[in-house]
This record gives sequence, C-alpha cells and structure tokens, in this order.
Amino acid sequence: MSSIPHDHAAGGHEHEHAHYPGGIMRWITTTNHKDIGTMYLWFSFTMFLVGGVMALTIRAELFQPGLQVVHPEFFNQLTSLHGLIMVFGAIMPAAVGFANWMIPMLIGAPDMAFARMNNWSFWLLPPAGIMLVGSLFVPGGAVSAGWTLYPPLTIQNGMGMDLAIFAIHIMGASSIMGSINIITTILNLRAPGMTLMKMPLFCWTWLITAYLLIAVMPVLAGAVTMLLTDRHFGTSFFNAAGGGDPVLFQHIFWFFGHPEVYIIIMPAFGIISEIIPVYSRKPLFGYASMVYAVAGIAILSFIVWAHHMFTVGMPTAGLLFYMYATMLIAVPTGVKVFNWLATMWRGAITFETPMLFALGFLFLFTLGGFTGLVLAIMPVDIQIHDTYYVVAHFHYVMVAGSLFAFFGGVYHWIPKWTGTMYSEKLGRIHFWLSLVFFNVAFFPQHFLGLAGMPRRIPDYATQFTDWNMVSSIGAFGFGISQFVFLWAVIKCIRGDGAKAPAKPWEGATTLEWTLPSPAPYHTFETPPVVK
Amino acid sequence: MTTRDAGPALRADNRSILARLVVVAAAMFAFGYALVPFYEKICQVTGLRDIDRPAEVRNTQVDASRNVRIELDANTRGLPWTFRPLVATIDVHPGALTQVDFEIVNPTDRPVTGQAIPSYLPRNASEYFRKLDCFCFSTQTLQAGERRRMPVVFVLDPELPADVPVVTLSYTFFEVEGGPSARAASGRDNGSAARGS
Repeated sequence: MSSIPHDHAAGGHEHEHAHYPGGIMRWITTTNHKDIGTMYLWFSFTMFLVGGVMALTIRAELFQPGLQVVHPEFFNQLTSLHGLIMVFGAIMPAAVGFANWMIPMLIGAPDMAFARMNNWSFWLLPPAGIMLVGSLFVPGGAVSAGWTLYPPLTIQNGMGMDLAIFAIHIMGASSIMGSINIITTILNLRAPGMTLMKMPLFCWTWLITAYLLIAVMPVLAGAVTMLLTDRHFGTSFFNAAGGGDPVLFQHIFWFFGHPEVYIIIMPAFGIISEIIPVYSRKPLFGYASMVYAVAGIAILSFIVWAHHMFTVGMPTAGLLFYMYATMLIAVPTGVKVFNWLATMWRGAITFETPMLFALGFLFLFTLGGFTGLVLAIMPVDIQIHDTYYVVAHFHYVMVAGSLFAFFGGVYHWIPKWTGTMYSEKLGRIHFWLSLVFFNVAFFPQHFLGLAGMPRRIPDYATQFTDWNMVSSIGAFGFGISQFVFLWAVIKCIRGDGAKAPAKPWEGATTLEWTLPSPAPYHTFETPPVVK
Repeated sequence: MTTRDAGPALRADNRSILARLVVVAAAMFAFGYALVPFYEKICQVTGLRDIDRPAEVRNTQVDASRNVRIELDANTRGLPWTFRPLVATIDVHPGALTQVDFEIVNPTDRPVTGQAIPSYLPRNASEYFRKLDCFCFSTQTLQAGERRRMPVVFVLDPELPADVPVVTLSYTFFEVEGGPSARAASGRDNGSAARGS
C-alpha cells in the first residue's frame, strides 16, 4: 500500500499552516481529529490514574485481613467506581482516541466525517467523569453495588447511584456519537483505491466495534433508565414488590455487557494486528480470516450473555446452550492468535517497545482467554463464580490485553504524533516493570479464587493472607511503573529525544508513515491514491 | 474542516448513514424495553417463576422414618402490618399433608393490599416444598383494623435429601401499590406513614 499524494492541484496543500485559536479555546472548539484524539487519550490516562488510585486503595485494604484503611461501605464504593471508571472512563475513551488519531490517516481521509459532532462526543466525557468521581462526595456516597449495578442494591443506593446513571447516559451518548462518526468515516471517506478489504486491520476492528457499540450502548441506557424509574417514578421493572424481577436486570445488563467485553478488546486486536507485521517485517498472515474472525466474535457475542449468570437460575438446556456458545468463541479468537503467531513465523523480528508490548499482550491475553474457557465450563463456574479467579481472568484480558495493546500503540505511533522518538530505554523499563508487576499482582489471584476467596470483600479469612500480600505488592509496583510511561510520553511531547523520520519503522507499510513526522495539522486534504 | 472540499453528494451520503445509524440506536433502546415482556413470556412458558400456583403432589407415600423440622418466618417490608406464624416450628414427616397458619393484622385506619413472597433455606429446598394452598398465591387486602388468619397447606416431597434436617420457610409481605386501596398510600419508602383514607 503506497500512495501518491499531491496528484491534483485543487484545494489546500499538505503543509498549509494550521489555523486555530490559541490557548484553551483551541481545545474547546477544535474539530480536528488529531486534537480530539489527543484529548481522548489524555482524558483516558487521567481516568486511568483516578481508577488506579482506587485500585491501590482496595489493594492496601486487602494487604492483610481485618479492616485497616477504609470502611467496608467505602470499600464497596471503591470497587464499584474502579470498575465503572476503568471501563467507561479509561479503556473505551483510549480506544476512541486511537480511532480519532489513526483512522483518518490509515484510510487517507482528511478528518472524521462529522467533525463538529466529534468535538461534542469528546466534551461530553469530562462532565460524566466528574459526575462519577464526584458521586463519592454526595450524601450516602457513590454507587456501592459493583460496576454491574445489580438491583435490588442499586435501587436502595443513595443519590450517588443517580449520578452514576446520568454519567452512564452521557458516556453512552458519547460512545454512540463517536461510533456513528467512525462508521461514516470508514464507509465514506476512504482514499481512492482503498477498498474495504485493503484497509489496515485496525480500521476493520473499529468498524465492527462501532457497530457493536451502536447495538448495545442503547440497551444499557435502557437498563439504567429502568433503574432510574424504579428508584424515583414508581415503576417496578426490577422491584419484586411490584411484580418485577431483579434477574431481568442481569439479563438486560449482560446483553449489553458481553458485547461490551469485545468492544473493549477488539480495538486492541486491531492495534496488535498493526504492530506485529511491522516489527516482524512480514505482511499480516491471513488478513481475510482476521476480518471474518472479528466479525464472527462480534456476532457470537450477542448469544452468550447468560454465561455471567450460571448461578442465578436457568433451565439446564439454557445452561448448556450458553456454555457451548461461549466455548465456540474460542474458535475465532484462536484464529486470531494463530494468525499473529504465523505472522511472526520466520519474520525478521526486532524487539522495540511496541513489539514487546504486543508479545506481552499475546502471552497474557491468551492466558486470560484460557481462564475464560475454564470459567465457561458451567459446573466449574458454579464453584468459582464471584471469586478472585474471575477477577484474575478479566484483569488478564483487560489490563494485559487492552491496556498493553494501547501502550504498544502509543509507543508505535508516538513518533508520528510528536515528531520525536520515544526513549527506547524508558519504553523497555516500562514494559518489563509492567509485565513483572502485572503478573505479581494478578497471577496469585487465580490461587485465591480457586481457594474460595470471594471478590468485593474488604476483609477475608486468614488463610488468604500470603497471596493477598503478594498481590498488593504487585499492584503498587504496577501502579508506580506507569509514571515511567508518563515520563516517556512527556519527553516525546517536549521534543526531548531523537527527531523522528517520516517512517521510523523499517517494516511499516500503512499510509500514515507517508506523512511527515510530526503529522501536519491537516493531512490528506488531497486524497492519496492507493494502488 | 473535514468536508471542506467535499461535494454535496458526499455530505448527503454522510447524513444518510448518520440517520440510519441513529434509527438503529433508537431501535436498540426500544429493544432493551422489549426484553421486559419477552422475559415475562419466557418465564411463563418455562415455568421459571411459578411461585403463585399450587404444586401437584405425585407421591403421597408418607416417610415416617424421619422428621424434618420446618421453621416458619414472617417479615414485612414497607407495609404497616404485623405478620406472624402461629407456631414458630413444626416437625413433619416427609409426604404428610400439613397445615400451618399465619396471622396478619392491619393496625392502620385504611385498607392496605399486600403480596407475600416465599423463600426457602436451604435454597434448593424450594423444589421439595409443595404448597397446595397458600395465601401467597394471591394478593391480600385488609380493611382498616382487620385481623386475618391464613393457612398454608403443604407436603414435603419424600425425595427431600436426607441431609436436610431443617427447612426454613420465610414469607415477606410487600405492599402492592395501585391495589384497590393503595391510593392513599404515600409512597414505597414511607409506606408505613399513613395519611388516612
């Protein structure tokens, strides 16, 4: 895939000087996809630190049995908000940030299709984040029933729950607007010659993710609206006293929640699919099968939700259906993992930081996938439902999966974003510290879960002490390691490092590397022609 | 900025995708609500929530070889009634037809409608606890000051595992809002604060 820019003279040319207001107004009024992508990524990193402080408070409390650091009620608020903030405030906005920065450059488009709406979809997020964090300070505190918001507890929570509901409404609206933008951009603004099946895989995974978001975010909005009317307007969707059923909420929530899991991981799949071929100096193995695998995962994600509810009560036929359907997802996921391995096979691999993170992703995400298969086995799940085994499982796929892929993506593209090469030394330190401390933090949680330690508790039986101490040490190490990342990024932004060439990676083939580094404010105003 | 040199055709095309996707999002919002009646129907068809229907008793063989202690428990939530079992515990042989009585009193000066929801401990005892008649099968409306004695007729299935020596049957009465008499009730959370009828 190469391009021939500047092939007709109409319109502005590529190196036109950027016009935007100075100071804060630049960021408030911007409709530029690069500015908005940057804001998404910073918002996401801020929320990552906020949610991380909550996680470390949780781990500090769990360092030893008994209650030392926080009250149990506050502990429950921390576990609930940590989940909501990390899912809706950190991971999803980070993925949208990557989409904003990269999709127009990867497909040769000048910007997103609806630039003004793009600005709105970002600026909805800070109020939502403030509402979520601020709900800690209202009477009764924040939502304390877990990020899954199960009634009847969430019907009884105080006004912190209302703030969480509104925050979810706003973030949902933001996600839907962002998704509409991404779909329209990909369908309508591709450069001449860029057919769908020539698109970089990151665009494909985001296209499918965006459809998933539009399909399920409204369902979540409906579920929390029902909670809201149950709480304040006398309806009884989930209120047993009025003929409702709390189990119904779990079905609606997980009808959203399971596709949500893939919404979180699929952009990461896309980033990994961009990174591995570059540093292996080989084209992606099995491109078409990768596209079909992502589509297959997306379709299957709609029919497996009740595997989160094996202990809730369901006819045996239902249990078996959800068990087998869940296991079926391992097939397209396996296709992807094997394709990545085959891409590296006999490649001329170099181990720059992005590739290290991609390899870390590959090992640890696959491990998280395997524990997912264990959890899919219904009789096993009945034993370890709501234990730390589940906590370990989803942190392997969300932290070592999505987050590692995002770190890899930042290191991969930051030369293009800032025009400065990141410090390879800092990148490697960040990777190895993250890898080691991540495993120290989360691997012991498998043992805790198998031994029967339930999740979402501030105190525990003494036999769990040792592994909890190890896990807490790992968590603090992981948290502190992220400042190495922050330092590496700030160094790039300040231009403290080698100047990045237009194409710093030898194996890179996609369109963004045909642009100068840093990428000009306006790019591809004249579409490149893709051969 | 984007569509700076985009023709009106592209603009219209973008807008048509936008419109279609907004319709999809709105339809999915409605779909979330459509899951409510759908779920009711599934529960009806599969009998998942048939707690308000008399059970059938197939085997009437009384297992006199063992006794199971039944503990009775009564609670109210958001409802001004006093509600109690007339005996706290009773020993029964599995398979024997047994009747126990509960009493509710409405001490307020207005009629109130409630619905009782049963629950069991151990949880899996519910499938062996066959109620042939129960006040929980329908809503109960008590006039001001009314006192009512209500029976539960049940058979404990002899298939009940031998390692279950005690079964707790617990009822919780909830107020049914919008019932024939609930108009005077002020709200769910302060249902006990009657405002008079």
